[in-house]
Amino acid sequence: MAKVQDIAAAAQEAAKKLGIEKFDIYGSSIDETSVQVDQGEPQQMKASQRSGVTVRVWNEDHTVGVTSTTDVDPIGLELALKTAKEASYFGVKDNVPDFSPESTAQTAEVKSEHLPQAPVSQLLETLIKAEKELLEAHPAIAGVPYNGLAQRDIDRFYLNSQGALRHEAHSYASLYLYTKTEEEGRKPRSAGAFRVSPGIEKLDVEGCLKEAAEKTISHLNYDKVKTGKYRVVFSPEAFLSLIGAFSNLFNAQSILDKQSLSTVESLGSAIASPLLCLDDNALHPENIGVEAFDGEGTPTRAIPLIKNGVLSNFLHSSGTAKRMNAQPTGHANMGAKVTVSPHFFHVYAGEPAAQEYSLENADNLILIDDVSALHAGVQALQGSFSLPFDGWLIQDGKRTSIESATVAGDIREVLKSIIYVEKETEFTGSGVAPRVWVDELSITGE
Amino acid sequence: MQSPTLLISKELPSLNYSYTPDRFDETWEAPLSILLGLGRAAGADFIEFFLERVNYISCMAEDDAITSISPRLATGAGVRVFRGKADCYVSTNDLSFNGLKAALEKGLSIMGLHLPAPNSFIPEIHLELLRDYATKKGKEAWLGQSSSMREMGDVLLAANGSLSEKANHVQSRRAVYFRDWQEVLVAASDGTFARDIRLTQSVGYSLLCADGTNRSSINKRVGSTSEPDFLRTWNYAIDAEEVAESAAKMLYAEYVESGNYPVIMANEFGGVIFHEACGHLLETTQIERKTTPFAEKKGEKIAHENLTAWDEGITTDAFGTIDMDDEGMPAQRTLLIENGILKNFISDRAGSVRTGHPRTGSGRRQGYTFAAASRMRNTYIAPGEYEIDDLFASIEKGIYCKKMGGGSVGATGQFNFAVDEAYLIENGKVTKPLKGATLIGEATEIMDKISMCSKDLGLAAGFCGSVSGSVYVTVGQPHLKVDSITVGGR
Repeated sequence: MAKVQDIAAAAQEAAKKLGIEKFDIYGSSIDETSVQVDQGEPQQMKASQRSGVTVRVWNEDHTVGVTSTTDVDPIGLELALKTAKEASYFGVKDNVPDFSPESTAQTAEVKSEHLPQAPVSQLLETLIKAEKELLEAHPAIAGVPYNGLAQRDIDRFYLNSQGALRHEAHSYASLYLYTKTEEEGRKPRSAGAFRVSPGIEKLDVEGCLKEAAEKTISHLNYDKVKTGKYRVVFSPEAFLSLIGAFSNLFNAQSILDKQSLSTVESLGSAIASPLLCLDDNALHPENIGVEAFDGEGTPTRAIPLIKNGVLSNFLHSSGTAKRMNAQPTGHANMGAKVTVSPHFFHVYAGEPAAQEYSLENADNLILIDDVSALHAGVQALQGSFSLPFDGWLIQDGKRTSIESATVAGDIREVLKSIIYVEKETEFTGSGVAPRVWVDELSITGE
Repeated sequence: MQSPTLLISKELPSLNYSYTPDRFDETWEAPLSILLGLGRAAGADFIEFFLERVNYISCMAEDDAITSISPRLATGAGVRVFRGKADCYVSTNDLSFNGLKAALEKGLSIMGLHLPAPNSFIPEIHLELLRDYATKKGKEAWLGQSSSMREMGDVLLAANGSLSEKANHVQSRRAVYFRDWQEVLVAASDGTFARDIRLTQSVGYSLLCADGTNRSSINKRVGSTSEPDFLRTWNYAIDAEEVAESAAKMLYAEYVESGNYPVIMANEFGGVIFHEACGHLLETTQIERKTTPFAEKKGEKIAHENLTAWDEGITTDAFGTIDMDDEGMPAQRTLLIENGILKNFISDRAGSVRTGHPRTGSGRRQGYTFAAASRMRNTYIAPGEYEIDDLFASIEKGIYCKKMGGGSVGATGQFNFAVDEAYLIENGKVTKPLKGATLIGEATEIMDKISMCSKDLGLAAGFCGSVSGSVYVTVGQPHLKVDSITVGGR
């Protein structure tokens, strides 16, 4: 990819030529390699080097237009600026986006590791070995149909015509192993695990295949569960999936658009059990893809969203912050309409629980390990969900895998029905959370 | 332009590659032939280049204002290298000769191959005469004929105004539109050389209604390909009425009681059940991964005898219609299931190499960053002999799934999908509205339970996400009856 300084210089020149005085650019370049294997043989290997920028242009009427392009050479940038200027005449008249007031503010010092990429042969060797060990872990494991080992370098930058210029780079590697079993007279079962790290050499391959094997084996002896109401424990991954699916609760742009379960007045209200705390923290030490600034150049920071059950902050862009008399929080994505999204959730226990619980002696309880099909089963604007899940019925502390069932409820009721937030947290890739106990939810089985 | 005939590797840097920079025409033949020859000389069994240029724009109206107009321009290329049954895919933004050569070299090196030594002969790759669907079918003018930014805004504002007139308890109204113009060129070492232009458009509503704690959200989208006039001819008043009516009915709907029910699934987007529960499982990608129960079932009965299903890319203007796939193969009409018997799979090149099933013009990808994979196009269950009333009359207590949401199928054939608009059926009649329903089941079991198909085949536009990204597809079916299915709810 062209250097940030080269892009800045080319953009300045093109803007001058087009009579554009005010603009900003957010861009990134990605260099990635990934491999998949099948029964010890390479199946598909991929490599990609690509870059893209989004340019925003303000015209003489102070309305804004945007264009994205993958051409970051001078000709491509000029075309993008020209197209953005054309679009600017159709831009919004009210609440026009502007540069972030924090686009030149000091960013946090982050220690993101940038490890060198490994050769493809090493990726293949690692993945073939992991697949082999997984196949040998149990006779019922007949294949690892979904697997992949990938490494990625990401460079990202933000600049504007008032002199802001930010740039950061980091690397990460990821591994997923997803098994499938075959047993005579039994339905096929599957389970998987995922790991991420700053580079291949730091990737916990052993832990990933061990987790995939253990989960798969634990699902072999399955049974149907009776439809009814159950006490439910969400794994860290499952709880974070739910929180992510209903993140409009905290999204200032969604609130302003009336596309949220919250309103401006919701701040300060109790939306969850006092046992629950939730932050969004791009700078969390366990966040592999830590980002020090957002799409508008605003520095990122830790934002407490739920403090002891009380809704304490929203996630903002510079525009939503201005409209809601708040501070930008570093969650903006540049676009014709600036959107807001979370970075990295951190769930932890709030007020002490009246009673502590343990899975060791639990009875008639459902442990949900993973929920799926969130795109289909979540009604984000209504608050309801009905989702297939992988999990176990626990009776007298003994786990039995559940065959084909769904969990349904309303996120607002779930948050208020939390009876215990465990102390030990777990890193899941998209956040950090402990297991969360919910008093009662509807389970559909047989 | 120099001919690649008897070209020696060391002469490459001295060649003058002049091709049209902003159009994929015949001038790309020489440089791509040379690159394909280089790949073959390095020892690859098969090489394919996919070049793409995109001019995309989306527009959104919220309530009575245009809040977003987002153009996106993209160019890029991908090179796929096969050696035996293994393959490698490398993508790049750089469409210069050296950029494409660097991508090829990277692909070769990943496969353990290297560019030939300086004194090696580069074998001649004879590409076919450019199969130019764009020129042949007059698609060159499509971009210019499509709606301007101003027109997009005007139509969406008028549409949102129409929705405002028809809906009650409105919390937010959105009308969204996008136009995706894509030019592609495919050149491969088997001589494939083909170009196409695709114009895909979609427009629709998103309505959220609220009354106290009751909420309903209804979406409707229509889509088309190959129709520059599409937005101008959108009958938004009819769609506004339909969306408003659905939202009103669902606003005070009760939650469905979970259990096993017979269900009637409406036509058009009801076809998502077949897309998820069966279509994906007939892709050779799934055979390769051994994640389909149908892998060894060709010629066998896998569905009810009343069920026949197609996947094709040739229905005029349908959302999944393509003249050629992203591997340069002309689209075709593929009979998947005939009276319950599995007839064909959906196959791309890699799937064909690895499973032996013939290609069906189904190699599709979202864009140049993805390798093509076996993907559906326009997929639907054929109409049957029943009247709709026959279906309802056969049910004492069941669920009418009038409007489906999205769905998915897992590695073991378990599928699920949401129902956006549902009603209780009692004694053959539709009674009260229901919400919160999710249909879950197993592909192998559900297919035999689709026992009645009516005559009213209807198609609907959709998006399908899978290994090669998100592609435009059509789903479809007539009204049909599923004898029993698990309905997840409260």
